Amino acid sequence: MTDYTSDEMMTVAAARALENGAVCFVGIGLPSTAANLARRTHAPDLVLIYESGTIGSKPGTLPLSIGDGVLAETADSLVGVPEIFNYWLQPGRVDVGFLGAAQLDRFANINTTVIGGDYRDPKVRLPGAGGAPEIAASCREVFMIVRQTARAFVERVDFVTSLGFGTGAGDRERLGLRGAGPRLVITDLGVLRPDPRTCELTMTQLHPGVDLATAKARTGWDLKVSSDLVTTAPPTDAELAALRELAA
Amino acid sequence: MATIAPLAQAVSEVVRDGDTVAFEGFTHLIPFAAGHEVIRQGRRDLTLVRMTPDVIYDQLIGAGCAKKLVFSWGGNPGVGSLHRFRDAVQNGWPVPLELEEHSHAGMANRYVAAASGLPFAVLRGYVGTDLPKQTDNIKPITCPFTGEVLTAVPALRLDSAVIHAQRADRKGNVQLWGITGVQKEAVLAATRSLVTVEEVVDELEPRPGAVVLPSWVVDFVAEVPGGAHPSYAHDYSVRDNDFYQRWDAISKDRESFGAWLAGVA
Repeated sequence: MTDYTSDEMMTVAAARALENGAVCFVGIGLPSTAANLARRTHAPDLVLIYESGTIGSKPGTLPLSIGDGVLAETADSLVGVPEIFNYWLQPGRVDVGFLGAAQLDRFANINTTVIGGDYRDPKVRLPGAGGAPEIAASCREVFMIVRQTARAFVERVDFVTSLGFGTGAGDRERLGLRGAGPRLVITDLGVLRPDPRTCELTMTQLHPGVDLATAKARTGWDLKVSSDLVTTAPPTDAELAALRELAA
Repeated sequence: MATIAPLAQAVSEVVRDGDTVAFEGFTHLIPFAAGHEVIRQGRRDLTLVRMTPDVIYDQLIGAGCAKKLVFSWGGNPGVGSLHRFRDAVQNGWPVPLELEEHSHAGMANRYVAAASGLPFAVLRGYVGTDLPKQTDNIKPITCPFTGEVLTAVPALRLDSAVIHAQRADRKGNVQLWGITGVQKEAVLAATRSLVTVEEVVDELEPRPGAVVLPSWVVDFVAEVPGGAHPSYAHDYSVRDNDFYQRWDAISKDRESFGAWLAGVA
């Protein structure tokens, strides 16, 4: 079997989570790589939507931005930005919102706005919201792909840019959000899922060779672990070949 | 009717000190050349409006043209942070930058409201996030028909809008295609507008999916081939992803940015 990196394992695990035929609103970077890998392996009919207004993009090479020409050229339909958010995302037509995050908390809230200090005087200014608040609210469910570090996985985010489960079970319903919210957080160490009762992110899966102590050390809260913790199947040669061709 | 004019004249007529101005183009057709002309003309105190501030506003902010930014995502797409933007927010260099921050859906709807001549737009947005706490421009509103509570954002009226397009004819009718973003809305939301184009042609051939802005809603057209570089113009050029990656190093410190700026001026 071929050697692989923890980032490759993460991307492969994320790709596997996308079902063939699903409609996926794709963030740039890791989500886009995973979604395109899925389309090239088990999910050729996965519909990729990018916020630049490209619906059904089938890029042959990975785009650097969400608006590279290849996304427009290969799209089934090309619409303006108000339309992509109002007609396509807002009514709940999208199955999976696929997002990254700079900071993520115990209840899967996302911060991509500011770290440390005050909003007006932050320690680090991040890019901001983009399409994520409404993607996280309106898609039927949300997948996230984030490298797991104690700095990124915090007890409570410094700023809620996009809502996961707020302060816990029942918050989304109280706020009237129609999407179910985060279902999977795929990391370079494994997979976290919200506890069905409390909505707290719980480690349910570890990638091969990763031990639980590492996962706990790289989480900024007292990480709960599923009683039936499973091990991810390692990437197949076919998955790795497809990923490396895509990244080349 | 639009006036076809050289870039320097068109910019000086359309973009004025203190303006609320949008340079739009969602990754595609970003009017970089017009932005550089604004830097050369030394415009100041601009309220810069744009969904994705991107490298073009990193340049304008670093050059000291802006006092405020209204935006929804301020990064270098696929590369990382905007260092001049961060330096302005974190250290007030070269001048302090006030922020008004939205989501993409909120910004897009604000443009639509302004283009439609309405005072505000309604959307399902921002719910449960910390964004409404930071601005007075995101408020709940109750639907008068169903009683459902939704979100309202005010129209984004602009003094000026600048966009880039593939073509115009000699009367100043403008045609753009590919990813068309919010360019039409920005022009219709503005008191004054400028469109830079790859080429001025005798006749606009119809193109599937193209947006056409009639001459009578555009004030100035300037022919600037390559005027979207390092962004791109679909069917004319490709995105210069290498430049976007190089910008990270150019913009990282004030000195290397200063060297770049000297090259523009």
